[in-house]
Amino acid sequence: MATPTLDKMEAAAAASPYITVTFRIRRYNPEVSAEAEWQDFQIEIDPKERVLDGLHKIKWDLDGTLTFRRSCAHGICGSDAMRINGKNRLACKTLIKDINPEKPITVEAIKGLTVMKDLVVDMEPFFQAYRDVMPFLVTKGNEPTRERLQSAEDRERFDDTTKCILCAACTSSCPVFWNDGQYFGPAAIVNAHRFIFDSRDEAGEQRLEILNDKDGVWRCRTTFNCTDACPRGIEVTKAIQEVKRALITRRF
Amino acid sequence: MKIHKYDTVIVGAGGAGMRAAIEATKRSRTAVLTKLYPTRSHTGAAQGGMAAALANVEDDNWEWHTFDTVKGGDYLVDQDAAEILAKEAIDAVLDLEKMGLPFNRTPDGTIDQRRFGGHSRNHGEAPVRRSCYAADRTGHMILQTLYQNCVKEGVEFFNEFYVLDQLLVEVDGVKKSAGVVAYELATGEIHVFQAKAVIYASGGTGKFFKVTSNAHTLTGDGQAACYRRGLPLEDMEFFQFHPTGIWRMGILLTEGARGEGGILRNKDGERFMEKYAPVMKDLASRDVVSRSIYTEIREGRGCGPAGDHVYLDLTHLPPEQLDAKLPDITEFARTYLGIEPYTDPIPIQPTAHYAMGGIPTNVEGEVLADNTTVVPGLYAAGEVACVSVHGANRLGTNSLLDINVFGKRSGIAAAKYAAENDYVELPENPAQQVADLVEHLRNSTGTERVADLRLELQETMDANVMVFRTEQTIKTAVEKIAELRERYKNVSVQDKGKRFNTDLLEAIELGNLLDLAEVMAVSALARKESRGGHYREDYPNRDDVNFMRHTMAYREVGADGKDSVRLDYKPVVVTRYQPMERKY
Repeated sequence: MATPTLDKMEAAAAASPYITVTFRIRRYNPEVSAEAEWQDFQIEIDPKERVLDGLHKIKWDLDGTLTFRRSCAHGICGSDAMRINGKNRLACKTLIKDINPEKPITVEAIKGLTVMKDLVVDMEPFFQAYRDVMPFLVTKGNEPTRERLQSAEDRERFDDTTKCILCAACTSSCPVFWNDGQYFGPAAIVNAHRFIFDSRDEAGEQRLEILNDKDGVWRCRTTFNCTDACPRGIEVTKAIQEVKRALITRRF
Repeated sequence: MKIHKYDTVIVGAGGAGMRAAIEATKRSRTAVLTKLYPTRSHTGAAQGGMAAALANVEDDNWEWHTFDTVKGGDYLVDQDAAEILAKEAIDAVLDLEKMGLPFNRTPDGTIDQRRFGGHSRNHGEAPVRRSCYAADRTGHMILQTLYQNCVKEGVEFFNEFYVLDQLLVEVDGVKKSAGVVAYELATGEIHVFQAKAVIYASGGTGKFFKVTSNAHTLTGDGQAACYRRGLPLEDMEFFQFHPTGIWRMGILLTEGARGEGGILRNKDGERFMEKYAPVMKDLASRDVVSRSIYTEIREGRGCGPAGDHVYLDLTHLPPEQLDAKLPDITEFARTYLGIEPYTDPIPIQPTAHYAMGGIPTNVEGEVLADNTTVVPGLYAAGEVACVSVHGANRLGTNSLLDINVFGKRSGIAAAKYAAENDYVELPENPAQQVADLVEHLRNSTGTERVADLRLELQETMDANVMVFRTEQTIKTAVEKIAELRERYKNVSVQDKGKRFNTDLLEAIELGNLLDLAEVMAVSALARKESRGGHYREDYPNRDDVNFMRHTMAYREVGADGKDSVRLDYKPVVVTRYQPMERKY
């Protein structure tokens, strides 16, 4: 067994107590005011904690009206995508120390979707685009008695896009989506990709036709915002390019 | 107040709820009410796999799986239910594959399988490869696949609808389900859903512990709604502490890590599980491993300056294997601890993980009003329920199995019931209790704060009813919980609004946690033996003469209006396996 690094880390932590951090949060509550405004909160926090921990400290100790979604708190459920220091991230996967806590940390709702209250947006248009790409396995003929066979290579072909947690970090980082909410957006294309390149699926052509639409893949301008935003490390832009290529070559 | 009418209403959109919805929607007009968006459920956090004796990579059969489940549950498992679980596991996995789930594959293209704690060849001879998996994202893939199929089937969801009350009406002396009452988070509006059949699939209650693998939202909402209406809760003292949570954070690191060859080590680098479980070693059942870890820590062999954790060592495994089989948990170590698992061991400690107990049901998912009587029209499946297939300790990979087998069964049974029966008339003012609760909390000027009470609850639960318990510690917990329940009456919220009032939501959730914590502690106090996840230092042995029986806890309201927990017991169903000493 290698020398445990944690002992060293803990010694370092004992020397560095909590730091004071300013959270600058975009507040909006139409029950109170039609205008959104920035509000600053100062909290004491261990820099190894998450932005979500900071939001909880504010909600639990300072202002119970602060509203955001969260559930699993470790980057799996996709509830807490938000714009942190101008970048889309999951609050539960972003450590305070990694985002320059000497300056105020700005937190606002993801863009391109209607804000309902504070950091909560209306997710319905996002899920509608997802539902529109037939995000389910389609097969023809009789079902086999046992499992369908699939080689490890064929399984690997679409592995990257199976990781999507539908957090909307990619779609709401896309300038095309900001300007025109009709665009399917990266997440829907990722989920179409997941089935188009699954060797068991037989509806690839139909999905490609859906994405060949004027609001489909051709709207993508390859800015890579989506790839940068994805908290699961999915190569989103690459997946979109593969769908474009499949549309041209009709091979997938 | 709005009134809706559906044949079948499902409460919860995790694995069990969506598996039930796929069946129920095909057969009846169905609505799924969910506190969160469907893919936010904690099913998605499950990692290691789903057990089924497919025998794709080595000899296996459902009878061995049944035995392991019964033994793993320390003979508190209802053996008829365990047999159904193990037999139907095979179709449950194949169903998911046909729905599109991207399992890892063998070189032959069949579903790959790996080792997992407590799953053995031929009644304990050696570990067996029984867990069907998709890297360390099996729960994520199950959740996504089930949601995809809900989209395919056109399942109707009511997202961010929080069910707060179960409507029970007595008809000809029989208590029947009439529907549920829900609070719409976006608007603050109260909705009554009249339904012929209701299925609870709302998950666990792990948030009453501080170090827990559970999501913030796992607050026992379904259990509390039923319990408050006089229905029993079964075996609530049995809670599973998963051996490998990230130190201090509690984030789950799958048992699949040990299935792939990971080793637990103390501060001397010793593979200590060899002492406690000579055959299964690091793959003994979870209760055994968690106790062993705490024994090491208590005897001064824990790691770090405070000696309060041990290491999960993956450094001897090839990086390619970690990348292919355990990509997510290795990333957690990097993200949250700044540790590189290729070269450094990961500090871990046991983390509160899973409620073996819950709403008692039979094998069709029908909820029981007492030891034998079913509540017509009421069903439960998944972690909220207690069938009981997990007994005193659940085996790893049996929960993803449970949600699929009993989710499907309850979906079919509920829709069938809805087709054959009429609506039960709603009681007068069906939303009264919920309206009163919401108004009370919103208007309260009390001085107690939700966050304070919740933290005190979590700290007392961690300190007193976790891996090791004694009469003294449990009594301390019971007294503290009583104090907190009293103070809860004086709780207030800052957010007085109607729109997305998560402040109010957290206050309601705390009320649920407090009631269920009381049930757990009272049930634990009365069980004067050690069995599975319930370990009493003052009664270290299993006592089959007095305690091989399920606890049934009922809420009783006295003449003075005060409520208390009344305990009763229910026999265990034994078919093939007589209790034996449990060795791994």
